Amino acid sequence: MDWLLHAGDDPVHKLLLMVFAIGLFVALMAVILFVVDRPRNPSRWFVGFGFTGIALLLLLAGLVYPAVRTIWTSFLFRNSGDFVGLDNYVRAFTEPKFLIVLGNTALWVLVAPIVATFLGLVYAYLVDRSRFEKFAKGLVFLPMAISMVGASIIWKFVYEFKPQGVDQTGLLNQFMVWIGGEPQQWLLHRPLNTFLIMVVFVWIQTGFAMTLLSASIKAIPTDIVEAARLDGLSGFGMFWRITIPSIRPALVVVLTTIAMTTLKTFDIVRTMTAGQFDTSIVALEFYDQGFRQNDAGMAAALAVLLFVIVVPVVVYNVRQQRKVEEIR
Amino acid sequence: MATVTFDKATRVYPGTERPAVDQLDLHIEDGEFLVLVGPSGCGKSTSLRMLAGLEDVNGGAILIGDRDVTDVQPKDRDIAMVFQNYALYPHMSVADNMGFALKIAGTPKAEIRQRVEEAAKILDLTEYLDRKPKALSGGQRQRVAMGRAIVRQPQVFLMDEPLSNLDAKLRVQTRTQIASLQRRLGVTTVYVTHDQTEALTMGDRIAVLSAGVLQQVGTPREMYDKPANVFVAGFIGSPAMNIGTFDVTDGKAQVGGASITLDRAVADGITPADGGRVTLGFRPESLDVVSSGSEGAFEVDVTLVEELGSDAFVYGTLKNGGDLHAGDSNQVIVRIDPRNVPDKGDTISVTIKPEQTHAFSAATGERLG
Repeated sequence: MDWLLHAGDDPVHKLLLMVFAIGLFVALMAVILFVVDRPRNPSRWFVGFGFTGIALLLLLAGLVYPAVRTIWTSFLFRNSGDFVGLDNYVRAFTEPKFLIVLGNTALWVLVAPIVATFLGLVYAYLVDRSRFEKFAKGLVFLPMAISMVGASIIWKFVYEFKPQGVDQTGLLNQFMVWIGGEPQQWLLHRPLNTFLIMVVFVWIQTGFAMTLLSASIKAIPTDIVEAARLDGLSGFGMFWRITIPSIRPALVVVLTTIAMTTLKTFDIVRTMTAGQFDTSIVALEFYDQGFRQNDAGMAAALAVLLFVIVVPVVVYNVRQQRKVEEIR
Repeated sequence: MATVTFDKATRVYPGTERPAVDQLDLHIEDGEFLVLVGPSGCGKSTSLRMLAGLEDVNGGAILIGDRDVTDVQPKDRDIAMVFQNYALYPHMSVADNMGFALKIAGTPKAEIRQRVEEAAKILDLTEYLDRKPKALSGGQRQRVAMGRAIVRQPQVFLMDEPLSNLDAKLRVQTRTQIASLQRRLGVTTVYVTHDQTEALTMGDRIAVLSAGVLQQVGTPREMYDKPANVFVAGFIGSPAMNIGTFDVTDGKAQVGGASITLDRAVADGITPADGGRVTLGFRPESLDVVSSGSEGAFEVDVTLVEELGSDAFVYGTLKNGGDLHAGDSNQVIVRIDPRNVPDKGDTISVTIKPEQTHAFSAATGERLG
């Protein structure tokens, strides 16, 4: 047993453990397949459970149980076991600190997905069928390959502040100096700092939006575009009356997907300001409360709130996708 | 209403050597139904798209009426097009689809509605006006596409294989509907198809294209009775014409075991370039079954008999050698009396009915005599 649990620093031991684990997995699958295949006329329930049973059990243990636990914890006082009812929620909606967090989150969800999708759409449309299409798309897609933390560090340099008179290292402040302004502490003041942090997110997500929307624009049948040309459309009219309606389903999917990513955003704010200067958002705040302020109850309440906000977006997303299937 | 003129119109796709449409000269009369027909890749769709303005014209000019439209925007050409896949806007209702061009042109709503309703009545679409294209059958969508063209009241209708997505039965039905609708509206129409039956049944005149070059223009009757070259002869007619190239001795072509006397005009037209050979064609219905040994008869080994009720066709090979075949097949086709059909494996003797032989130059493929 000890051999299985503690590998220490011995690479050979680690390797053997890995082989053992893979072997265990294969053996387990073999047993399941063997058992499910055994009876001559198995009932549908038996086969269904045979294949999904283990996954269901793991989901139950890994997802449902923690969810229930979290909801229960949100009714408890700090890290104790004392039941305080809705107190944590009341605090979340009354204390100024948390109101700012909720406000920031609302700002993020409303602004970031729309800006990212809009930029992605315009870019995809302008670049479509141009000579530099592949290169131009590659440029915008590149940030997608950078981790959120990496991107945040890059942008922290962009916003870097040095007092007036000293050589600026931050790109933005250097521009300010060039145009004759004074260098600013960009990340200090609300709400500008929140918008500046959002820029990092938009920088990354625009590539995602552009890729999906570009594929969708390319999928518009050429004869429809030609028919529209014969009907007298060109330029903006074509974009507004043919392109947009044709890619509407993809637009909705992109918007809602980015909205969900927005709600889960944590690392950008964590890296840029660590939630200081009133830039915190729910996904960061519940980590702060849980692991730094030792207030598991409040953290759980915020997590539940986040869940409640995400659900309608997910439902809308799924519904739109179903609708698309109906039209097709 | 207007005429349409292609004046040496040429289209060369970038990066290709051979023009897709090579110096097309074609004049279409006001109110005429002209069918462009040919095998795939012959340039018929390209010609139509040049007329629509969807394809650049690299040489020559295109006129609608007296107006040179070569460099005019598609929307300003006063034309309407029906696409092969209908190209309906999926997010608009049938009524919006049909009235869209008018809406863009800024026509008053009441007038759009009136014109859409009129067109819908003609096409039997009134009850579907509020539906989306997805909720329509293939035939209904095809009619909406027609309606969209009618509502614009254009000078010229352009139709690009509008029937090719319908099933066989509906195609025949819609064929007659489109033809009679066109006669009723009297709008000049250019219609593209690869189906020679469609061409023969619908067109006032037919233009046959091959490899980007216009082969012949004429009424269906002219095309059938006097094909200008071997290509047209083989393309027009179903089943296809039997065509073969034979040696000529003393003004007589040697077909199988028979000697067929050529017309004086044909014999005189043979040049040294033909190498003493002539290409002959005769349609399946131009052959009579006769008793063996009759004068001018040649023998055909029967490989298959196709009975169609009113007609029957024998598919076979020419006995005693000689390359004679119909269309792309390697078989000779003979139309026979359906009440008196030979068996597979039999040999029949046939003669060509007088005056029903088509003769072409063996070298150039052009018609002789």
